[in-house]
Amino acid sequence: MNYVFDILPPLLHGTGVTLQVFCITLVLSVPLGLALALLRISRFRLVSNLVNGYIWLMRGTPLMLQMLFIYFALPFVPVVGIRLPDFPSAIVAFVLNYAAYFAEIFRAGIQSIDRGQYEGARVLGLTYAQTMRRIVLPQVVKRILPPISNETITLVKDTSLIYVLAMNDLLRAARGIVQRDFTTTPFVVAATFYLIMTLVLTYGFQRLEKKYAVYDE
Amino acid sequence: MPSMMNEAMIRAVDVHKHFGPVEVLKGVSLDVGKGEVIAVIGPSGSGKSTFLRCLIHLETVHRGTIEIEGEKLVSTDAGGHCHYVAEPDIRRICGKMGMVFQHFNLFPHLTVLQNVIEAPITVKGVRRDEIVPKAEALLRKVGLFEKRDAYPSRLSGGQKQRVAIARALAMEPDIMLFDEPTSALDPELTGEVLRTMRELAEEHMTMVVVTHEMAFAREVASRVVFMDEGNIVEARPARELFASPQHPRTRAFLENML
Repeated sequence: MNYVFDILPPLLHGTGVTLQVFCITLVLSVPLGLALALLRISRFRLVSNLVNGYIWLMRGTPLMLQMLFIYFALPFVPVVGIRLPDFPSAIVAFVLNYAAYFAEIFRAGIQSIDRGQYEGARVLGLTYAQTMRRIVLPQVVKRILPPISNETITLVKDTSLIYVLAMNDLLRAARGIVQRDFTTTPFVVAATFYLIMTLVLTYGFQRLEKKYAVYDE
Repeated sequence: MPSMMNEAMIRAVDVHKHFGPVEVLKGVSLDVGKGEVIAVIGPSGSGKSTFLRCLIHLETVHRGTIEIEGEKLVSTDAGGHCHYVAEPDIRRICGKMGMVFQHFNLFPHLTVLQNVIEAPITVKGVRRDEIVPKAEALLRKVGLFEKRDAYPSRLSGGQKQRVAIARALAMEPDIMLFDEPTSALDPELTGEVLRTMRELAEEHMTMVVVTHEMAFAREVASRVVFMDEGNIVEARPARELFASPQHPRTRAFLENML
């Protein structure tokens, strides 16, 4: 037991890094995903196709590769080439990648809303933006909570990929101790930490779903 | 026979509309006078709902003219090109009309009261404490005051449709359009909706009602319009049309319905 307490500080530090990547990615990628979804259903074909291509690219290549590309290769790309430190590189890759997934969830949610809702809003004089904000999106949120919850829990675990940029997230911290002490206990502790984080998320999303259950469709 | 008694609230001239190669409206013309209640009847696929939807710009026409209270919504030039007015004007002109749908289209995430006050607050910028008493009065009028905090899913079809009517009236329209308002209801629930509509007619609301309710058309409508295959076949005062339909197609339709 004492051993567990000894290894807690580095593991907690790793958890901090994991939570930072998780929170920043979530806060940035959800609104970006919503924006992409709205552009994706735009009646301007070019815009819609560009977003479509973007989503294909982001979902079609490994997140780890995207991270490596932004860190190692982006500086050498003409015009847009900039050199980012490790943490920002990881954040950019995570946000761009998760926004693509969130965009598809939002799109499916928006397109599942009955056309009658738009017509009902239109004959009352609401503009497209007002219809989206006041009528469509509040209903979309209820419908997409389960897939959003899924994606969010996946994100907690995906944060472990940042080890490729040599950052000490929870899993890498645990692995470091395992290799140093020749015991697998740190893995068990790390697993417990991941489980606690996903438990909190699961509970949070259940509360949200309950809140939205006040009305049926 | 256009209404000669007073100004036209709606003037539709030679309205054409097609969905792909299918011609749905083949030159429909109709004037609706102030306070008139027009019942539009006809077989399914005759274009009556499409015509109604064109009036409030849920569908765009391909030729013809539509004026609402003397203001042009769409017109067609000599070359046959159709011109709609600018989007803000479309919104303003169509704002003179309220519409009730077959499937209610209530907002399920909002309570009954919230459904009624949403548009006045969001569109007109009316203050909440100003619109709530008005909305409650409207709900009282349609007999649903005690349901004001319920969500639509808790209501029967007839109650939903009465909320939809109150919601449309909250925007203080001059004209009300009804698109088969009782067609999705169980037969025993149509009465309460028709009663609300009848009260509205008695208050001299200008109304255009697409309906299969022949009794309502005969008793409440000032004029009945019979449409078939994208044309208005007959448009006459209700009693005349039901007593002595002039056109064989009208006669055949009425014999089938009654």
